[in-house]
Amino acid sequence: MIINKREIAGLLENLAKEYRVYAPVEKDGNVLLEVIEEGAEAALGAATKKPAKEILFPQSEELFSYQLSDEGLRMEDKIDKTKTVAFGIRPCDAKSMILLDNVFHNDQYEDVYYTTRRKNTIIVSLGCSEPESTCFCTSVGGGPFNTDGSDVLLIDLGEKYLAEAVTDQGKEFLSKLNLPEAGEEEKAEAEGIKKQAQATSEVDITGLKEKLDGMFEHPYWDRLHEKCLGCAACTYLCPTCHCFDIADEAKDKNGCRVRNWDSCMFPLFTLHGSGHNPRPSGKERWRQRLMHKFKYFVERYNATACVGCGRCIKNCPVNLDIRQVLAEIKAQDTGSEVS
Amino acid sequence: MQNITNVIKDTAKKLLEEKKVDLVVGFAKGSLPLRSTPYFARTAEEAERLVWDEYCENNLANYLRNREEKVAVVAKGCDVRSIVALMKENQIDREKLYIIGVPCRGMIDRQKAGELVGGKEILEAEVKGEEVVLRGKGFEEKVKKEELLYDTCARCAYGNPAIYDELVGEEVPAREANFKEIEEFEALGAEERAEFLAKEMSKCIRCYACRNACPMCYCETCFVDSSTPQWISKRAYSVKDNLIFQGVRVFHQLGRCADCGACERACPMGIKLSLLTRKGVKDVKEMFDYEAGLNPNDKPVLNDFNTDDPQPFLMKE
Repeated sequence: MIINKREIAGLLENLAKEYRVYAPVEKDGNVLLEVIEEGAEAALGAATKKPAKEILFPQSEELFSYQLSDEGLRMEDKIDKTKTVAFGIRPCDAKSMILLDNVFHNDQYEDVYYTTRRKNTIIVSLGCSEPESTCFCTSVGGGPFNTDGSDVLLIDLGEKYLAEAVTDQGKEFLSKLNLPEAGEEEKAEAEGIKKQAQATSEVDITGLKEKLDGMFEHPYWDRLHEKCLGCAACTYLCPTCHCFDIADEAKDKNGCRVRNWDSCMFPLFTLHGSGHNPRPSGKERWRQRLMHKFKYFVERYNATACVGCGRCIKNCPVNLDIRQVLAEIKAQDTGSEVS
Repeated sequence: MQNITNVIKDTAKKLLEEKKVDLVVGFAKGSLPLRSTPYFARTAEEAERLVWDEYCENNLANYLRNREEKVAVVAKGCDVRSIVALMKENQIDREKLYIIGVPCRGMIDRQKAGELVGGKEILEAEVKGEEVVLRGKGFEEKVKKEELLYDTCARCAYGNPAIYDELVGEEVPAREANFKEIEEFEALGAEERAEFLAKEMSKCIRCYACRNACPMCYCETCFVDSSTPQWISKRAYSVKDNLIFQGVRVFHQLGRCADCGACERACPMGIKLSLLTRKGVKDVKEMFDYEAGLNPNDKPVLNDFNTDDPQPFLMKE
């Protein structure tokens, strides 16, 4: 299918009548995924500051609210069933959703808040014709035109987009839009663009998990965290980080339970009620973050919990670059080769 | 800059080799263009990686509180102001700290550089005297260094370290401090100010990079992290709670803030935090004729009391 760029604004506006439409929007100096009413607002092609996970797993969400009255207790579930389209997110963000699915819907647990949104959301991603220098999606099983997690993939052909259905849901979605079919020439052009686009940055993660297997007590962790401020810029802006904290907010006889993003980089994250903290310093916290992404997640779900979007690299206030960290880990002597 | 780098390296190596210090905190080359990164050198070999350039934007005083070992720090004007303020609060033992002072003419703002090239990605930057050459895919732009400085740097009057054990490089001419942007903000009506603050605070994601980047923010438990009682909502979408967080943080900085801008530089969302901190700096200066971290021997302003102190917030004078 072909979408003419001139018609994008109208198309989004029409979609917004039927769906809640998220698209990249320039807002006060940042590009963010925002709910749009008018198609012209969309800044397609721009990388969003915050990752798209927020659509399915908002930074803060009310899980339920309650009211106490003379008649008793009244509770209300806050499950969000709104039909949603995420339009123009990057393929790395789309891929992150596949990874998050593992966590929020597995054989032990189904997170109904996440899965309900997921079921009701159509992902239309836009391939990256020009990945940034901090992008390393190709090194972690993705790519500028990777379709994992997308229902529809858009390819920028200059004046128009070529829209490819990836899933049945995507096919059905596209068929309703009454778009012209793509010609052979356009298809060939799209294939050419796909082949040409490459994430320029590289990280070698082959054998990384095995390396980390023997590194829990390794002296490498002693100094890695030294310059880290212990903020959550990396984890909050990471498309795959998914830890949260639950807080009850109550006033008089009304209240609600709120789920907020939390970060393993905060001391409070593991602080016990007793005052004991099993991860007392940046050392243990960094080890956890690295191990979770590149070892524990691999063990549990057979996938690396990193999509190579580069947000943690671009936004770290002290330039602690995960690409360098991974390269350093690979270079460590863990003694396992000897034995 | 290369000369300064060489002298810093030599000084650091000597201090480490002679065991005068156990650690040198400075900067190393970063992994991105226009970026240097805090670096911890413990051997002469490691000291070889130290650099000094226009990208040394972090306030290294943040790494110096309650250190057991003897430490040397590569410190620009604002770092030293924070060090002095921390000495007064008993967080830094001057006896165990060796200050390699470096006069500073300001650090380069990556955001500004990005905006100057129309948002295109900068892949390479080269400082040539007073000019910076920015290069990326299909473009090369020459920009005056002065135009690229962080706002806080462009308005900084204290590029020269107030105290040091050794000074590397020539002292820089003092810039005139100005609070133009604060005066403009003060001139707005209450509604406009509230609107502006709400707009800025709506960007906040509560990552606390600002708080953690600040050398003066070292409360063992920050009030925002308290859950019994929970002083403010932990919801990042709550603009008013975000404002309470920043407001309390800034009030807590009065008379302590060295106006370094580290909070604003750390913010991944680009919140204009220096408007809040500098309003505090300006008020303290005007009301009490005090600026934090300039004199190791004076009393912190809020620890001192005169009967004729202005109290406009208590009564109309």
